[in-house]
Amino acid sequence: MPRILLPTPLRPFAGGSASVEVEGATVAEALSGLVHAHEGLRPHLYDEAGRLRLYVNVYKNDEDIRHLQKDATALGAGDTLSIVPSIAGGSPEPSALSNDEIRRYARHLIMPEVGLEGQKRLKAARVLAVGAGGLGSPLALYLAAAGVGTIGLVDFDVVDDSNLQRQILYGTADVGRPKLAAAAARLRDLNPNVEVVTLEERLTSANALSVVRDFDVVADGTDNFPTRYLVNDACVLTGKPNVYASIFRFEGQASVFWAQKGPCYRCLYAEPPPPGLVPSCAEGGVLGVLPGLLGTIQATETIKLLLGAGEPLIGRLLLVDALSMRFRELKLRKNPDCVICGPRPTVTRLIDYEAFCGVGAAESSPVVSSAVVALRSDEVSVEDLKGMRDRGESFVLVDVREPREWAISDLSDSVKIPLGSLPQSLEKLAKEDEIVVYCRTGGRSGNAVQFLQRMGFAKAKNLVGGINLWAERIDPSLPKY
Amino acid sequence: MIAVPQAVLETIRSHGRESYPEECCGGLLGSLPDGRGGVRIVRAEAIPNASRERRERRFAVDPRDYLRLERLADALRLSLVGFYHSHPDHPAAPSEYDREHAFPFLHYLILSVERGRPGEATSWILSEDRGVFEREELRLEREDSVERG
Repeated sequence: MPRILLPTPLRPFAGGSASVEVEGATVAEALSGLVHAHEGLRPHLYDEAGRLRLYVNVYKNDEDIRHLQKDATALGAGDTLSIVPSIAGGSPEPSALSNDEIRRYARHLIMPEVGLEGQKRLKAARVLAVGAGGLGSPLALYLAAAGVGTIGLVDFDVVDDSNLQRQILYGTADVGRPKLAAAAARLRDLNPNVEVVTLEERLTSANALSVVRDFDVVADGTDNFPTRYLVNDACVLTGKPNVYASIFRFEGQASVFWAQKGPCYRCLYAEPPPPGLVPSCAEGGVLGVLPGLLGTIQATETIKLLLGAGEPLIGRLLLVDALSMRFRELKLRKNPDCVICGPRPTVTRLIDYEAFCGVGAAESSPVVSSAVVALRSDEVSVEDLKGMRDRGESFVLVDVREPREWAISDLSDSVKIPLGSLPQSLEKLAKEDEIVVYCRTGGRSGNAVQFLQRMGFAKAKNLVGGINLWAERIDPSLPKY
Repeated sequence: MIAVPQAVLETIRSHGRESYPEECCGGLLGSLPDGRGGVRIVRAEAIPNASRERRERRFAVDPRDYLRLERLADALRLSLVGFYHSHPDHPAAPSEYDREHAFPFLHYLILSVERGRPGEATSWILSEDRGVFEREELRLEREDSVERG
């Protein structure tokens, strides 16, 4: 009698045996005898119409019966039939493009570096933009226009008048709206084929890994150090490329940090600067078009990474000076002692980045309308200050903003000492004085108060929320900026 | 549940890396099912990708390789319990094509290889009605915890 060898997965249906002896002069007869004896095998060998399933191969000795006489192949007593599952598979096809999409992306499709294949790659890609502000605006707009299939946006702000000078995702009608709602609507209008995924909360050590893991490329458009280190570390730990840019006044930097292929942000800046040393754009200002320049560089690098085209900005720091309109490039090397991407990492999970950067959560992102914040003993509220002035109390009001800012809004009875010149100007103050220090929103003045206290001015206090909160709550005739 | 020793996963990852941008494939030899549907992989055997077209998106196992693996498994007193393959630049999730071509009761381990770098590995079993691929727990085992013999 011919013998039939069963593959491992089918053996349980034949009482666990690896081979079964059956009657039959042809393959068809032998197989029919097999399923007759072991009914459980039938659905796995035959389809509903009674044909052998496509993924079932039958071999007579070492030959495929399809190359012999198929079902009618004759069997002798010494022959062995083997049932061999056909094992095949593959990855998902990149999503096909509709005719509308083909028209939309026509200028891409005719370029050899993109083509149909590349455009499908873009469609299948998922990019996370951290921050939907100055950098995130052009970045997200160009990614959506280019047909990147899924764009994730993380932000938790509301559109403010002062955003419109550079955050081109938003219009005047959006002021007061949550940024993500406005951004998602704008991006969907630009390209309805794009899926916009919004995360309306702060990126934190608790959520960053699971958020980042879901994307192919991360683009960091944040404006503060704790989030920048958080994004870097989350990208290193999950192996994702981090397309980075930062801006200040007329200058910007861009690079692609990808620990597998080159340095990470910590290789370049192992530690954050002391708090307050590097002013944020809110404090120092930024040319509105500058994030346009840098954000489009981020979009370009992101798309190149997704296409696998060209030479990525890995291991290079691009320095842009818009005033002289010069682009320079610095070579970056992987730091062999890098605490997160070096061979002996000491940072193996996300840490407390507020503490690492020496800032409180509120300072890392100035919140003007922080309505309810418990005051520390070295802080005063704008209401406190109003009471002190109304009662004619004796104290010194110190303005640590820059001269340009005095022209915008001012508390007239203040002593003007820009933060940078405070150390040389201490003789203007007396250590026994009650001192209230203010700036725009309370960040710089907080640093000034810490400094003054160290220098022995024990009664120095910070005006929480700065002159902007004063304008909001006490004197609406003053502009906020 | 499928238990995979670290060293076996490393073999699969290396194969995925070397084969990039094409898909790699191979057999998974392991202990017989433990009665609760779980298996322990003992060895991964690389086999050539026999797909005649677009090997960056398709893999196929030559039936002769399948037979060879079954004989090898018998000789080692193991079972051919499944197959692995890589998804170059795609997540480690089965495609519709994978499901259509899958064989019931075999464990399908999928390794994502992103731009040449091996990433996540997941394991899947076809439901008995062939309707869906069900993800199963993939338990990574350190070498010293693997039972021998």
